[in-house]
Amino acid sequence: MSGFTIWQYAAVIGAAALGTMLTRFLPFIAFGRDKPAPKYIQYLGKALPGAALGLLIVYCVRGVDYSALSSTLPTFAAILVTAGLHVWKRKMLLSIAAGTAVYILLINLIH
Amino acid sequence: MKQTLTRAFKAAFPKTVPIMTGFLFLGAAYGIYARNAGLPPAVPIIMAAAVFAGSMEFVLVDMMSAGAVFDPLGAFIMSIMVNARHLFYGISMLDKYKKCGKKRCYLIFGMCDESFSVNCTADIPEDVDSGWFYFFVTLLNQIYWVAGAAIGSLIGNFLAVEGLDFVMTALLTVLFVENLLKEKCHAGSAIGVCAAVLCLVIFGADGFMIPSMLLILLALTVFRKPIEERLQ
Repeated sequence: MSGFTIWQYAAVIGAAALGTMLTRFLPFIAFGRDKPAPKYIQYLGKALPGAALGLLIVYCVRGVDYSALSSTLPTFAAILVTAGLHVWKRKMLLSIAAGTAVYILLINLIH
Repeated sequence: MKQTLTRAFKAAFPKTVPIMTGFLFLGAAYGIYARNAGLPPAVPIIMAAAVFAGSMEFVLVDMMSAGAVFDPLGAFIMSIMVNARHLFYGISMLDKYKKCGKKRCYLIFGMCDESFSVNCTADIPEDVDSGWFYFFVTLLNQIYWVAGAAIGSLIGNFLAVEGLDFVMTALLTVLFVENLLKEKCHAGSAIGVCAAVLCLVIFGADGFMIPSMLLILLALTVFRKPIEERLQ
């Protein structure tokens, strides 16, 4: 079990819900027909998604132990399978399922 | 009134069917992943309803899993960063949602990628109330996601697979690749990866997220001119 108390769960979920709501409500509160969104905010809305996704991929592999092949190989092979399959077929669920299956298979084979 | 609702529902439901499968499966994967990470059964379900931003919920599971450090401020900042694209959705929907009365609050709260793309592009027949159409699209999508999470959370009681946590990496890889294929300029994506790798090397796995976010914001601001030109 995770070591968090109910209140710690509530605080983390509440903080994330608040942050998410901020990104959704801000344009409706701050901008309107006669007050268009600042160019800088519009620019961030376009440029940040790619940057945030790139950051999150690094976040996903932050725990990989680069001195052990049994840790690096399954992770990066499965990422390549996921990405390659997605470029090829563009089917989200297929790419995710196949990539995860490859990973599970590899970590159970390489020990 | 009843007729207005029925008509709007009948127009909205078919548009959400393709999303139903995806949300049920991915939601279930998220629920199983959360249970495997050691979260109590109710947490992923409450999170699915309250945060309602898929990729962020996977990150949150990680931030609350066994051995994680309690960090609500980190969760707050991360959710803004991960969901910054919603700013863009909101700007696109300003006029459309302005006319929707009290439903507006819920429409904005539930504006995930999929609800946005359906509502932004839908050709709503003239005899259908657009406000209620948007409402049903948003509500149905949220129901699919929460239902998927609930199913996964229950299955997760019996299913412990080593390596299933890769589902989060796979999801983010797919979202990243999909975004790469769509975006006109890859500078933002490249900055994201490079800044994160650099900060990971300098600050280590436990403390690199906040410095990475700051560095990304700084780089995007410094290189705004050339990037913005290519984004046009």
